[in-house]
Amino acid sequence: MKYMLIMRATADAVEASKELDFEEIINAMGAYNEAMMKAGVLVGGEGLTDPEEGFVVEFGGEKPVVTDGPYGEVHELFNGFWLLEVSSKEEAVEWASRAPLGPGSKLEVRRVTAEEDFADYADNEYIQKEKGWREEQAAR
Amino acid sequence: MSGPAADPAAVRRTVDAVWRIESARIVATLAKWAGGDVGLAEDLAQEALVEALTQWPGSGVPQNAGAWLTTVAKRRAIDRWRRDDRLAEKYRVLAQELDEPDDVTWEPIDDDVLRLVFTACHPVLGREAQVALTLRVVGGLSSEEIARLFLLPVPTVQQRIVRAKKTLAAAKAPFETPEPSEWAERLGAVLGVVYLVFTEGYSATTGDRWVRTELANEALRLGRVLVGLLPREPELHGLVALMELQASRFRARTAPDGSPVLLEDQDRSRWDHGQVRRGVEALAQADALAAAAGRGRGPYALQAAIAECHALAPSVEETDWHRIVVLYEALGRLAPNPVVELNRAVAVSMAAGPEPALRLVDELAARGELTGSHLVPSVRGELLARLGRTDEARSELLAAASLARNDRQRQVLVDKAATLG
Repeated sequence: MKYMLIMRATADAVEASKELDFEEIINAMGAYNEAMMKAGVLVGGEGLTDPEEGFVVEFGGEKPVVTDGPYGEVHELFNGFWLLEVSSKEEAVEWASRAPLGPGSKLEVRRVTAEEDFADYADNEYIQKEKGWREEQAAR
Repeated sequence: MSGPAADPAAVRRTVDAVWRIESARIVATLAKWAGGDVGLAEDLAQEALVEALTQWPGSGVPQNAGAWLTTVAKRRAIDRWRRDDRLAEKYRVLAQELDEPDDVTWEPIDDDVLRLVFTACHPVLGREAQVALTLRVVGGLSSEEIARLFLLPVPTVQQRIVRAKKTLAAAKAPFETPEPSEWAERLGAVLGVVYLVFTEGYSATTGDRWVRTELANEALRLGRVLVGLLPREPELHGLVALMELQASRFRARTAPDGSPVLLEDQDRSRWDHGQVRRGVEALAQADALAAAAGRGRGPYALQAAIAECHALAPSVEETDWHRIVVLYEALGRLAPNPVVELNRAVAVSMAAGPEPALRLVDELAARGELTGSHLVPSVRGELLARLGRTDEARSELLAAASLARNDRQRQVLVDKAATLG
């Protein structure tokens, strides 16, 4: 099963981290990534740049509203993610608790949907498509 | 980490998770420490695991669980050796060292894990024993888990592991990575074990679909562990690429009722495109490393390249069949195999039509290869049908049906023969 470890930090924590030795951060993150890579569980992940480079698209009105970052009233920033393929929720917990993150940071850990999550949706268009094909075969 | 006095069932699950993460390094460290005896190391690690299960519900999971388990295992070893009058000098030294206070060193070495991998896949062991031992000591799976994944009774798996340990001890298999002269062959055995686990999951005709996906994922995990240990081996990247690319089709290759969906009929939008991307990247890595070493593609990289052609093609018609023919030719030269020949013939039929393909299949049949298998008549039947030679096609398909090994295959062939009218 796949889990996504979503890195979230308060804007203050992000500001504070800029005072830290960047090389130290790189080393700690590098060691963490390497440990997961060597354990065969890391299947993806990216870090994100400062919110100044990003923007938010908000829905609700007639037309989506685009606002440039940083986003005033947002309390936590999403700073990057890891994608892990593990054998249990507990293994995801173990790896998440080993992340080299400091105060003001948290990891939100979410299971990635898998095929079995959709097993009950037999009327899904893809499953229908396949069924249609099978009936066609049978009719021939 | 959970606090003290946690729910025993929750601790059990946490212990299992810690074990999955740390066991290879714990067993490797213990094996190195105990003079290379992998069987003893695994027994000791299991004893430490049992102790963790009794202690951790009360004490909480220690901060460095791997170090804790390793130290407990070493103490268990010392207790055993103390009871043994014929204690060898080297164990006496180890025993003394461990009596020093605060001797909780936990610096697992990748090389020891690599030694563990090569020992578990040692040539004195049969393939089944290699598979069971590798999943157990490198993959951190219990005998129960291995049994469930391979649809075997638990005692059978336990027996295989016990016998494997005995065989290693009797053969005095050294806890070492192979010499350069035998490197390629020994690495080939390791890759063979991983790919066997994968194909068992990928092409098994029985068993629960999720279980089979799990088994294939287990092989991928082993492959990624090996890439971490041996980042410069092109064929290892080729193997990972092959597994990623094949596994990307998992979702699309079985219909809701469990029957197989052939490649040409699969809904390509259901392929896992993230996995395709990882496969493509791994193959590029394999190619770059091979080129840097002045070598060509090995058999796994070639099979991955064929899988890549399919994975990147929007449809069967838009598949680069000429390229696939060339890749099968290269594979046939490297590792001659009648099934590869037959696949080449199928690719030729897609690239150049049924006539030249039929010639290849007839040559194969004339050499008496694959006699008794349903594969040759089923491909011949298919080609004859495309050539409009309906009667011959029907009798070939029915011949194939009589040779098919399972009901599902047989039904597909009988149905096909029936549609020829």
